[in-house]
Amino acid sequence: MSDRKLRVMVAKPGLDGHDRGARVLARCFRDAGYEVIYTGCHQTPEQIVSAVIQEDVDLLGLSCLSGAHRYLYPAVTKLMKDKGIDDVTVIGGGIIPEQDFQLMYDAGLKAIFVPGTTLDSIITWINTNVKPRN
Amino acid sequence: METTKKIKGGDVRAASRLIRNLEDRVPEAKTTIKHLFPLTGKAHVIGITGSPGAGKSTLTDGLIDMFRKKGKTVGVLAVDPTSPFTGGAILGDRIRMQRHAEDPGVFVRSLATRGALGGLAKAVGDAIHVMDVLGKDIVIVETVGTGQQEVDIINHSHTVLVVLVPGMGDEIQAIKAGILEIADIFVVNKADREGSSKLSRELMAMLDMAPPSTFQGGWRPPIMKVENAFEPVGFNKALEDISNKIEEHHQHLVDKDIIGSRMRRKAVVELNEAIRASILEPVLQKLLSSGQMEGLIEKVMKKEIDPYTVAEDIAKRYLEGCL
Repeated sequence: MSDRKLRVMVAKPGLDGHDRGARVLARCFRDAGYEVIYTGCHQTPEQIVSAVIQEDVDLLGLSCLSGAHRYLYPAVTKLMKDKGIDDVTVIGGGIIPEQDFQLMYDAGLKAIFVPGTTLDSIITWINTNVKPRN
Repeated sequence: METTKKIKGGDVRAASRLIRNLEDRVPEAKTTIKHLFPLTGKAHVIGITGSPGAGKSTLTDGLIDMFRKKGKTVGVLAVDPTSPFTGGAILGDRIRMQRHAEDPGVFVRSLATRGALGGLAKAVGDAIHVMDVLGKDIVIVETVGTGQQEVDIINHSHTVLVVLVPGMGDEIQAIKAGILEIADIFVVNKADREGSSKLSRELMAMLDMAPPSTFQGGWRPPIMKVENAFEPVGFNKALEDISNKIEEHHQHLVDKDIIGSRMRRKAVVELNEAIRASILEPVLQKLLSSGQMEGLIEKVMKKEIDPYTVAEDIAKRYLEGCL
């Protein structure tokens, strides 16, 4: 008689204080029935990965609007891999040009959401692709 | 057994996974907690409660810092509310504590209330055990933002801090029953704001009027002031004083042999909850899955029968083993 609930972390790596998008998403995830951990801005990849472990989340959503996603997103996924975390889905959002998409997928991100994406489509993607782990 | 060994060895991932499984009520987690239980009882559990926005998370962050400087390891369980409509939750206490994220001596875990009403999450008691076995010297439990009545924290803590801020009401508030009665230490936070001296005076008057027997072993809750968290020198000094006072309180519990009564209170609650969980939940489950519940709800709605008679009947059938 277990009662699994999806746990999601929204994190903002790097020197980027624009967190309105991240907060809107956190709110929208709450309304979708997930438990959402929000870490706040200015996080190092080390802080984020450590929080992922301590909070035992199923999904990590990274947000970066400063253009540093090319460095920061792979830094997070590499660190996760180094620590043997292979059961957390990572997705990313922000100002990400199309030519960077492949780089992001190669780094292990499963989806990229850019400006103009509807909240509904993100929730639909998560509900289809991420299940709370057993 | 494997998980127990890992947690005893300090494995954070195993511990966070177990806490998750306890929250989600995965049956295997219950087996593990049975193995852990005999190993618990070493940590000093500190409860921090107060109204939303009073500064609980910021004080927790400051206390983590102080206890780390004293060479102690710290576990934090931070509770935030679950939406009664969607079941979702935003767990934001961590934001104020992220500077400790990389310190292996600190483990911060957010929990959602999931419908529990006493200011905590149902799994908090078990999560404290996990932190304890993991080897954390100090376990800080931060409640949801509380009002007047959410006092469950006393059942789980050795030392309770009630955090207050100026401007929350008149002097009648200070003589009401509830949350003000559970403090071992009062913290008047944001004390650089107008009204803090008045608040301290009211608390003092409230304590002056309390019968001396309410002060267990002669411990009169001190009133500690904390000013602006953005002024590090003064803030750190205030936090250092509070952390010393917390240790003093723990020593007091030990010296005056009161710690036993606090452990007893926890044991009573744990036993009550465990009995309720093993009796009530399977009964409700059975009534639901067999469809009997729906019929009973219908009858109560139409006033054909009252809920009290139904409950007595179910209890009787349960005790006779013919549910």
